[in-house]
Amino acid sequence: MMIATRQLELRAGGRTLVRDLDWIVGAGECWSIVGRNGAGKSTLLRTAAGLRAPEAGTVELHGRPLADWPLEALARERAYLPQSRNDAFAYNVMETVLSARHPYHANRYWEHSDDHHAAFDALAAMEVDHLAARDVRTLSGGERQRVAIAALLAQDTPLLLLDEPANALDLAHQVRTMSLLSRLCRQSGKTVVMIGHDLNLAHSISTHALLLMGDGRWHAGTVDDAMQAPLLSSYLGHPIDAIEHGGRRIFIPLEAPHD
Amino acid sequence: MHPVPPPLRQRATPIIAFLLWAALASLLVAGMSGSIAVAPSDLPDAVAQVLRGRPESLAASLLELRAGRALMAFVTGGALALAGVMMQALLRNPLADPYVLGISAGASVGALFALLLMCAAATVDGAAMGGAVTVALLLYLLARRDMRSGAAVEGGTSMLLLTGVIMSSASMALVTLMLSIAPEGRLRNMVFWMIGDLAGAPLRILPWLVLGAALAYALRNARAMNLLALHAEAAATLGVRVGAVRKGLFFVSAVLTASAVTSAGAIGFVGLIVPHACRFAFGPDHRVLVPAAVLGGGSLLVLCDTVARTVVAPTQLPVGAITALIGAPVFLYQLHRLHK
Repeated sequence: MMIATRQLELRAGGRTLVRDLDWIVGAGECWSIVGRNGAGKSTLLRTAAGLRAPEAGTVELHGRPLADWPLEALARERAYLPQSRNDAFAYNVMETVLSARHPYHANRYWEHSDDHHAAFDALAAMEVDHLAARDVRTLSGGERQRVAIAALLAQDTPLLLLDEPANALDLAHQVRTMSLLSRLCRQSGKTVVMIGHDLNLAHSISTHALLLMGDGRWHAGTVDDAMQAPLLSSYLGHPIDAIEHGGRRIFIPLEAPHD
Repeated sequence: MHPVPPPLRQRATPIIAFLLWAALASLLVAGMSGSIAVAPSDLPDAVAQVLRGRPESLAASLLELRAGRALMAFVTGGALALAGVMMQALLRNPLADPYVLGISAGASVGALFALLLMCAAATVDGAAMGGAVTVALLLYLLARRDMRSGAAVEGGTSMLLLTGVIMSSASMALVTLMLSIAPEGRLRNMVFWMIGDLAGAPLRILPWLVLGAALAYALRNARAMNLLALHAEAAATLGVRVGAVRKGLFFVSAVLTASAVTSAGAIGFVGLIVPHACRFAFGPDHRVLVPAAVLGGGSLLVLCDTVARTVVAPTQLPVGAITALIGAPVFLYQLHRLHK
């Protein structure tokens, strides 16, 4: 068991988003969190990352409550990709990715060459190594997102929490990033929890899915159990059809009825 | 193979060595310039005499007189520049400066009140320190939401920034009030204090101790400052105690600012220009930026003060006027280069 929530309750803006969530994520699993805007997906991910305290219940990592973890040790266990960034200063891409190596050399003033290797490998994996010397503020939205994911890879943690990793990426990089995450789960034994709005991408790489209704209700299970057209239609508030194509399940939103 | 920027570590030594050299050079220039110039040929002998503590020649006496003021300028400039770097990292805003939160405005209220009552110089300094400390504590009480300990930090530092801006405006209103009721005779001293002036500043050891301690804190936390500047509260997921670092940055930069304005008044622009120029020249990494800003800020204020006391000698200009005159165009130039 990698991460587990017990009787977790999340509230925001006077509404209960999630109630009594008992959710267990095993090592090597790849979870997608699906739900409408404002259903509490990001709130849940921030809570799981330890960035906010839950209203009730606990989050445990390796069976130990998050609050009991020293921050440095926690930073070697899980990495978190926020939904958005704003870059106030002219750090270059290499410095940005190197900063993710912080948990490994908290008592040294300078990085070692193995930190540089890890950072460079991560940049190469996200195909942004040619941007290493660029000021992050001059990058396009998609390039910036790939650099942020590269920093996550350089942090080299068993658990990855990603808030909309496919955000701003072009089609090719969406697919490549998703299959990279799926490879990390299947081959390197990493655990991935991510939020995404593309059901087809989510279905093709995830092993499990967590659906959030936004009024406290939730549904967790394997992809085959949770990602079924009727259930998704109800959780997303829009009729969805599923068809099989080339061995893959494709979700198609039905057109809104014209009135 | 794509070009990879060389590790900063390799550039750090030459950068700091160059700035140390510049700092020494600025101190020597300050010692040599004045109504009676010290010839470069007399310099080695005069420096040796001053260091032995027995200045005998005219050159050595002049050097000793000027060195006290130059060293005061150096420590004030270094403190303001370091406070600027810390405030910018804390607020994640490159336009922040040591005065943005109203700590210097608080010092002005204290100092001007003491000047209005015709207090002695030491009382004015004490009142300035008192004003700065009062504002800093009020700010901490009102905005401690932004500096909570623990990993769960929600939101940025907007509460702190807004509270600071309001405190600053309120203090400036009090300053205006005092200026408008002050008798003619005391007005000149009050205005000079506001602009920032090193003429009456005696050489003291305390500002050096404050700068030394603040520098040690900043170097220890240089990597945490990088993470805070890069990732804001998400720096917590990389192992940074965001609340504790914010609290530290706030109090250390407040003490630095209070120490600087207490000895020399509210000298403008150094805390904004120097961090900017250093970032522009050496990059935003605080491991180099922190020592570079201290050395650069110190050297700049030594040179500005030399200009202030020599350019229209025997009249001495307030050094704050010189820093603003040099600072404004340099800042505009940088801003335009940056956004091209």
